[in-house]
Amino acid sequence: MDFMVFQYPMITVQACLDGLLLGILFALIAYGMALQWGVMNIINIAQGDLVILGGYIAYFMYLYGIHPAWGVIVSPIIMYFIGVGIYKLVINKVVDRDLFISILATFGISILFMQLMNFAFGADVVLANSGYGTTMLFDNNVTLPNSKIFSAVISIVFAIGLVIYMKKSKLGRAIRATAQNSRAAKILGVDTEKVYAATFGINAALCGVAGALISITFTIHPYMGLPYTIRSFMIVIVAGLGNLPGVAMSGMGLGVFEEFADYILGTEFRIGAVFLLLVLILVYRRFKLSRKREYLK
Amino acid sequence: MKISKIILSFISAVAILLSTSVVSFAKVVGDKIVLGAAISLTGKYSSNGVHTQNGYNMAVDRINSMGGVKVGGKTYKFEIIYYDDESNPKRAAQLAERLISQDGVEFMLGPYSSGLTKAIAPVTEKYGVPMVEANGASRSLFTKGYKYLFAVLAPANLYLDVAIDLAVEKNNGKPVTVAMAFEQDAFSQDVRLGVLDAIKRTGSKKVIDDKLPKELNDMAATLVKVKQMKPDVLVVSGHTKGALTAIRQIAEMKVDVPMLAMTHCDAAKLSKQHGKNSQYALCASQWHKTLTYKDNFFKDGMKYAADFEKEFGYDPPYQSAESSAALLVFKDAFERANSFDQKKVRDALAATNMQTFYGNIKFAEGGQNVDKPMVLFQVMCDGSGKCENKVVAPTKWASAKLIHPIPKWSER
Repeated sequence: MDFMVFQYPMITVQACLDGLLLGILFALIAYGMALQWGVMNIINIAQGDLVILGGYIAYFMYLYGIHPAWGVIVSPIIMYFIGVGIYKLVINKVVDRDLFISILATFGISILFMQLMNFAFGADVVLANSGYGTTMLFDNNVTLPNSKIFSAVISIVFAIGLVIYMKKSKLGRAIRATAQNSRAAKILGVDTEKVYAATFGINAALCGVAGALISITFTIHPYMGLPYTIRSFMIVIVAGLGNLPGVAMSGMGLGVFEEFADYILGTEFRIGAVFLLLVLILVYRRFKLSRKREYLK
Repeated sequence: MKISKIILSFISAVAILLSTSVVSFAKVVGDKIVLGAAISLTGKYSSNGVHTQNGYNMAVDRINSMGGVKVGGKTYKFEIIYYDDESNPKRAAQLAERLISQDGVEFMLGPYSSGLTKAIAPVTEKYGVPMVEANGASRSLFTKGYKYLFAVLAPANLYLDVAIDLAVEKNNGKPVTVAMAFEQDAFSQDVRLGVLDAIKRTGSKKVIDDKLPKELNDMAATLVKVKQMKPDVLVVSGHTKGALTAIRQIAEMKVDVPMLAMTHCDAAKLSKQHGKNSQYALCASQWHKTLTYKDNFFKDGMKYAADFEKEFGYDPPYQSAESSAALLVFKDAFERANSFDQKKVRDALAATNMQTFYGNIKFAEGGQNVDKPMVLFQVMCDGSGKCENKVVAPTKWASAKLIHPIPKWSER
């Protein structure tokens, strides 16, 4: 245990800012997961792998001399079609089955993606350099890489765009209707099959954006997807489905929690702390639910 | 009836095929010495696995084309059976069993990484199969009393202790403060032990001792602490990820530290991926092409690098060079043993004392190579942003002068 983070106020500020910027990015990935979970009742274990694949798209643009920031436009477009493709090949066969089947199916997709990426791109750790420089605050005591600020801003822009799209557009309304009651929506003329495909595509597109941002701010590697799946799963569990402000808040909360866990427990326990928190939250929610049931009796 | 006949004949055909293939794979057939190797061709070590395989293949071709191995007045050629261990220790151990008990291999080459070598060593030891390995540097491999394990490389604890000595030397012999960040795997933790020894020996002080996770991609917390504590040396070891992440975040966070030492810069293609940001980083390396060791097969490092580049299209990392050296060691041992008896070959290996383009090779009791020091190189860039690795320590091999302390970010 190391409480240095509280002894120097500047480190506390640094940890909070780092955590918030990181959390906004997590929230974007989690929002995609919440969306398809809510609409299709599918927990996508391959979420993190879609993120990494999106990252590779930005990385390849960077390799060919295009600034990786354009990845946030190109990557979601490609990923949308990959998402729709996955839906047509696999997900449409499991969408009405129970949760266990869909977890198994997406787990399979996850393994397949990892191996394919490893095969296609190699096992090297790679990154795309944005050359964005650094913002110094408080007399150079707090440093914020501009790439992190950039990724947080882009995440917010995409999240807001998506909220407006879901409220205003025809497809958005169809998606929300399907989420509320798919049978009723079907009776009223919504092509739920199309809605499912679009939802999966939109989720993959969001992963594409996040992946491009991760390749700019951190590093990517074919086997690095799982921590992102776990984080978004956890954010959604805390926030609940269909609760976008909740997803944003719990995303940022998780980001800050991780940073502090990193300082206090050490970097090696960072992901461990996330897992621990996940277990605690699941236990707490069960406890709360069981109390509610008693009350109803 | 017909179908059962077809099945029966199919099964017997397969059985015959299998039995003949086992025979043809046995240790020394005709004029071939068959070596076995489990290599990570897929999975997380696959890029270094391929470097290892390329190194082996290069040496096999070279030795075979230059007259092969002479045993008992007869000339033999090397051949290697490879299996893909999927970067998985359990799989590697299974494959070692298979190579030895099914394919009849009697001599083994090592896999990539300390972890996988650790998984295979008990198997080769059990069957008394001599294994020359080139990519397992963990100290724990050499303290278990293995009799059939020989490593051509220097053990992991010698990777970065040189850096601490260098920092003390630059500090006019006075102790220094050291910040450390190491991944939690066998290799990096051994590097850490070596650094700790050096800290103790020089009376220096460690001010940060962080552990990095396997799924590392953010070490901002460690670097913030470094900014606060202002150590004289920052030491990072976490394979390729660690090297890449450290350089990126040190540049982004403008962390000023007089000396930065790490491992795996070669494999991370540090200067290629980060350009000028990687400048001044010190990297531990088993080998560098500018070293002036010599042998009859590859001449010297520069020639090896040129030939390797011609064949595989890239500059050889030290993982390839040490893998090539493993075959030179085997050839030498076979010829001195003048026999294919495993015990005799083992004893000949233990008595190895030779120079290869990769360095001198002489094994200690535990099997590690004690005759080849590590080198430290520094990433140096010219005005146009082209970066090169130049050996700066030990002084005997240095091709450039160490730049110390690293200029502050505000002055770059």
